[in-house]
Amino acid sequence: MKTIPVETTINGDSAEFLCHADESLLDVLRDRLGMTGSKEGCGTGDCGACSVMLNGRVMCSCLVLGVETQGAEIETIEGMAKGEELHPLQRVFLEEAALQCGVCTPGILVAAKALLEKNPDPTDTEVRYWLAGNLCRCTGYDKIIKAVQTAAAEMRSA
Amino acid sequence: MAFDAQAERKFNIVGTRVARPDGIDKVTGKAAYGADISAPGMLHGRILRSPHAHARIVSIDTSAAEALAGVKAVVTGADLAQPEDEGFADVAINCLARDKVLYDGHAVAAVAAKSKSIAKQAIRLIKVDYEILPHVTDVDAAMKPDAPVIQEGRALETVPAGMSQNVTTHCQFGHGDLDAGFAKADKIVERSFKTAATHQGYIEPQACMASLGSDGRGEVWCCTQGQYMVRANCAAVLGVEESQLRITSSEIGGGFGGKTSTFIEPVALALSRKSGKPVKVVMTRDEVLKATGPTISSSMDIKIGMTKDGRITAARGELRYSGGAYPNATVDMGAQAAFAAYDLEAVETVGWNAMTNRPKEIPYRAPGAPTSIYAVESVVDELCQELGLDPLDVRLMNAARKGTLSSYGPTFNDIGLVATLEAAKAHPHYAAPLGPNQGRGLSCGFWFNFGGNTCVSLNINDDGTVGVVEGNPDIGGSRASISMMAAEELGVPYDKVRTVIADTSSLGFNDITDGSRVTFAVGLATIEAARAAINEMCRRVAKIWDIDADAVIWEDGCAKPAGPNAGIHPPMTLAEIAAIAGNTGGPIAGHHEVNADGAGVSFGVHLCDTEVDPETGATKILRYTVFQDAGKAVHPDYVEGQMQGGAVQGIGWALNEEYIYGTDGRLQNAGFLDYRVPVASDLPDIETVILEIPNPGHPYGVRGVGETPIVPPLAAVSNAVSRAAGVRMTELPMSPPRLLKAMTG
Repeated sequence: MKTIPVETTINGDSAEFLCHADESLLDVLRDRLGMTGSKEGCGTGDCGACSVMLNGRVMCSCLVLGVETQGAEIETIEGMAKGEELHPLQRVFLEEAALQCGVCTPGILVAAKALLEKNPDPTDTEVRYWLAGNLCRCTGYDKIIKAVQTAAAEMRSA
Repeated sequence: MAFDAQAERKFNIVGTRVARPDGIDKVTGKAAYGADISAPGMLHGRILRSPHAHARIVSIDTSAAEALAGVKAVVTGADLAQPEDEGFADVAINCLARDKVLYDGHAVAAVAAKSKSIAKQAIRLIKVDYEILPHVTDVDAAMKPDAPVIQEGRALETVPAGMSQNVTTHCQFGHGDLDAGFAKADKIVERSFKTAATHQGYIEPQACMASLGSDGRGEVWCCTQGQYMVRANCAAVLGVEESQLRITSSEIGGGFGGKTSTFIEPVALALSRKSGKPVKVVMTRDEVLKATGPTISSSMDIKIGMTKDGRITAARGELRYSGGAYPNATVDMGAQAAFAAYDLEAVETVGWNAMTNRPKEIPYRAPGAPTSIYAVESVVDELCQELGLDPLDVRLMNAARKGTLSSYGPTFNDIGLVATLEAAKAHPHYAAPLGPNQGRGLSCGFWFNFGGNTCVSLNINDDGTVGVVEGNPDIGGSRASISMMAAEELGVPYDKVRTVIADTSSLGFNDITDGSRVTFAVGLATIEAARAAINEMCRRVAKIWDIDADAVIWEDGCAKPAGPNAGIHPPMTLAEIAAIAGNTGGPIAGHHEVNADGAGVSFGVHLCDTEVDPETGATKILRYTVFQDAGKAVHPDYVEGQMQGGAVQGIGWALNEEYIYGTDGRLQNAGFLDYRVPVASDLPDIETVILEIPNPGHPYGVRGVGETPIVPPLAAVSNAVSRAAGVRMTELPMSPPRLLKAMTG
């Protein structure tokens, strides 16, 4: 199978890659670009561990083909902290122990950031429904919801 | 190792909520899990699996796969050793079947190829000729004398003659005169229950990268709960020596018991040996659900007698568990745990395990206990309802306490059940009003907790910092807890300590991360290793001060003279001692090796409010509170995390999760869309109340906390639903169609 050249922007940097027509964006990120922060939990769009931002929308990168991202703006977990400075969500997740094994955490952080950009003052129910596509098997979600609300409050007052 | 019976010991670090050492990597995507590393020249492995529930393998033709461009190796069961030990032999035939396939998804052959897509294409070219055999997936059907036999000759001697060969285990526990006990009862309830198999549902599928040379030397990187277990299994299944295999555990994306076995590592090693290249194998979610560890499915009968004022007079349980296509002893633990919360004069529990055409059962958080305790706690609740008694008062009246002869043999030492029940009774949740179609349920839960083989090295670095080397993969924040205990004991700040998890060549043997053992046993060994290092530091200082070693004490992170007779010497800090270690005898370290006992059993009580929808049969969890004895909560955030996470897994088990088999014996729901684990919008906050009744077997009083929380939710939810719906539920999961049917008759 021939590879196809694709030009995108990932976390603000231009990124060019070659991929096969049947390769998912997740495979491209992980296998071709070495960006293993996005995780594959199911490969069928059910767990959200591979969540990325694609042209401003949260997407499961396992459900997008690499070749579909020509000209797209992609944001991944690797672009969330600015150098040494963690995003408030990342910092609060640590402070409030909103992760255990951590494998769902990148996807949840990407999705939560998207929520707060759209809705800076969500109710708990809104947070729970927004994150319903991101499975976490360790925490029971309790500390995740609280951490998102703490970060939201902090970001509103910043 | 005994509890330090210092009156109200004041902890400086233990009990605080410090940042975890692996945190930054996990929130930035840098943490390396099983599938996250690659090697130069690496091949991709993929496994062909049986589409049949039960079939004889007549022949396997791999020639077309081998001929495909880019395929570098193909292996079948014939490429693995045939270990004599039954346990290792089961691992081997589960990794790659030999004569028969025993369940839908059983591995048959594997390929290694230059790309994932070539590997995927190649397994389709492998031709397997199957002779399909009759199958059985239900435990009660499998126990019938004429049931298809999964494996012959596997029954233990305890199984009476004349039963189906699928029955491999029979166990019995208890004491007292049952007939006399039931005769004293004012009310007897006898019910039968069934529970579906559920999966641990870790979000990270099994993944490994392996390399094995023709000289028998190999390396494996994998997500596992026990690198030493992987080493032993791989050595036996590959026929190589343990000393020649180095296994490194990656960060682990959830386990819950499910990563206490080996499925792909020996296959990856066999492919690597044949191809001469490193091979990476990553399971798909479909493979995880079809071929890795679900828990048991069960069928149970429970009979309990009670006086009209609530005293239990006798109790009997009969448990039939299926652990899939291989023998296992999970039913023993279920039978031992069933009545552990009660102080009973007459009790008997009988257990059976039967093989079925399902994947090999792998432990899932408190294996065996959630189902048996679900059945017992359901009957206790029904008795309370029938007799008009308060379910918490009844449990308090019958609660096991210090000195109780437990239903499974031992007499309990200090346990926290009564305190936990009292905390539940005093909590506002218990008195909160309920509306229409709403019900409140509660349940006790119990787990034994384990200690086990543990090995820790603690190094005093020359800059006054401390390195702890331990051998248990960290699945819930244990590196933080271990560092906290080391810092507490040494009297140094938490951030001066770094704990790392060793590969199998860098530290002696450790049992797997299971049995809620790590914070208890590794913590205990860390404290002892710290004490050994302290003794050595005091000895060095005694030399400098030219006094006896026992005239030097350790206090607040410093060596000090024991009293006026030891002379006047300014205290020496750990950093000062470390800086001159080269002049006082060389590097300073402490070690501890132990097969730890005294783990200390753990009890919990859960309260659950539900609302049922009479039109759809859907259940909503309105409020949920977990009460649990942690002995001493080393890091309260992560203790709460265990309580919340376990509760939610149990809620999933109660309401939605289930292995559904078709009449063809094939799994119908091998994906997260149809195997539905709880999502954030299904749930309320999970409130937690930690109690601390010190474990007499640990210097700080620590008990394991990880497993008990999954035990009570099954009955707590079922009791709440039964009360809300006005009908007693006896089967899990209580999915909407099942509940609707029960409500509408």
